Amino acid sequence: MDQSIGYAIEAKGLVKKFNDFSAVDDIDLKIEKGTVYGFLGPNGAGKTTTVRMLSTLLKIDEGYATIFGHDVTKESRKIRPRIALTGQYASIDEDLTGSENLIMVSRLVGFSRTDAKKRAKELLTAFGLAEAANKQAKDYSGGMRRRLDIAASIVITPDLLFLDEPTTGLDPRSRNQVWDVIRALTKAGTTVLLTTQYLDEADQLADRIAVINKGKIIAEGTSTELKSSVGSGMLHVTLKNQSDYDRAKSLLEERVGSVLQESSKNAQLLVKVTDPVIATQALNDLTAAEIDLITFSLSQPSLDEVFLALTDE
Amino acid sequence: MESTQNNKLEDLEKAIISTHRPSPPNAFTSVSTFAMRSLLKTKHTPMALMDITAMPILFLLMFTYLFGGAIAGSVQDYLQYILPGILVQTVVQITMYTGLDLNKDLQKGFFDRQRTLPIWSPSSLVGAMTFDTLRYSIACIIMIGVAMLMGFRPEGNALGVLLAVALLLLFAFSLSWVWTVLALILESENALMATAMMIIFPLTFLSSAFVDPETMPGILEWFVTINPISMLVDSVRGLMHGYAVGTEIMWTIGASGILLSIFGPLTMYLYKNKN
Repeated sequence: MDQSIGYAIEAKGLVKKFNDFSAVDDIDLKIEKGTVYGFLGPNGAGKTTTVRMLSTLLKIDEGYATIFGHDVTKESRKIRPRIALTGQYASIDEDLTGSENLIMVSRLVGFSRTDAKKRAKELLTAFGLAEAANKQAKDYSGGMRRRLDIAASIVITPDLLFLDEPTTGLDPRSRNQVWDVIRALTKAGTTVLLTTQYLDEADQLADRIAVINKGKIIAEGTSTELKSSVGSGMLHVTLKNQSDYDRAKSLLEERVGSVLQESSKNAQLLVKVTDPVIATQALNDLTAAEIDLITFSLSQPSLDEVFLALTDE
Repeated sequence: MESTQNNKLEDLEKAIISTHRPSPPNAFTSVSTFAMRSLLKTKHTPMALMDITAMPILFLLMFTYLFGGAIAGSVQDYLQYILPGILVQTVVQITMYTGLDLNKDLQKGFFDRQRTLPIWSPSSLVGAMTFDTLRYSIACIIMIGVAMLMGFRPEGNALGVLLAVALLLLFAFSLSWVWTVLALILESENALMATAMMIIFPLTFLSSAFVDPETMPGILEWFVTINPISMLVDSVRGLMHGYAVGTEIMWTIGASGILLSIFGPLTMYLYKNKN
């Protein structure tokens, strides 16, 4: 494995147009070796298109990209042995059994017949698929299919793994198994580019996150940086007496600004605050007005809130 | 709790991290792996064998007994004439499935994996066609076998029959690339099927496969004579019955070469640039 310092992925001004529509519109990327990089965005943001360009599957219209220093357009032969891709749709042959799939892929990356069988068995066991080894993949559950797909991608531990929405549609247990696999791979030094629609997934796994919307990166940084860039936390207040609701609301509005979310039935209020000091003052206001509280809390914005704040038009 | 979590992760890591890094396979290995893939698919869906077993027998029986009396005066005489023709028609028709299989592959994620593998890029197509060639050979053996039971007697020797089949397989392999081009251009299976039928039906029926071209009206006779399928049928017929067809064989090999040299590279261009 290439241990020299440098970037696993470097891209400048990437553009992909489908007819007149720019699916990817001027994207720059620098992804350090050995890290997990999260690509966060809604459906149609341009995540998959970017991944397909970087993994040599789709022609780059403008700009350039290098993988481990090799040009994606001109040196795909040098890049392909070092990367693996798990697409949004399982990249396995559903007509074949789990075992046949893994033996086939092992043969195609250069394993001998004996080694291919051994490796397939090893992976099936590690991914909890040993019992289903001789069943056709089309009879697998979504989680099993996804695991088989990832197993096929890491027959040879790749230096760079593209995971395109690896947990979309999975139940929490299968999702955790996929997360474990990603963590194990990064421990072995694999760089992972992960696309996801789920903010907690990016939060859990990614060293750095790019928020992508309409083909452009609209924010980039660690999850803490992204959260603090929105610059506010949330003050959550639950009143003891519902009758105090209107008074509490007007007091908070006076001190903080707008109340974001409210539920008069449960006597709960949620406000966005820019500074913890203001939150303290707001709570003092409520106490001074003799409004009793059951609970209050001040929290960092979740990535969901960051995302909504960033994509708000 | 924390430590069992870590142990679990370490076990997983140990199992999934591979230290073995072989060099990419050579073309022969990758092609035969894909041929094996087709074989396994057939093993899982044996009904797919109908097109090379039951169908050809059905056509052979139908055509021989339906037209035998009317066209050649007797079923036995017609069988000698029609067997090479129907053999060509059947094999040419089932080459279409190479395109259909590729079309199905394109709609699935496995296609992306194939293209990111460090292999000789036509491997998957050549592998599938290698297996298809085996399928065509089986269809030929079955049809010739059944025809012989019905009274077909090739007047050439066994070598002639073998050469006839070999020539047919060469043409079928070359023609397959036309369907792979269409599979890559046309998005849907139905569109591909309809287009392929529109090409195959006139080419096989408006040929010397079923009736002697001399019985046809002028313009049709002209078309039938220049139709490469007629060249192939005449070559196969000549080789099986032991008369000289050197020119026809040369034309057939030429036509195969032209098909392959145009549609082979075109397929690979479209394959690599498929979005």
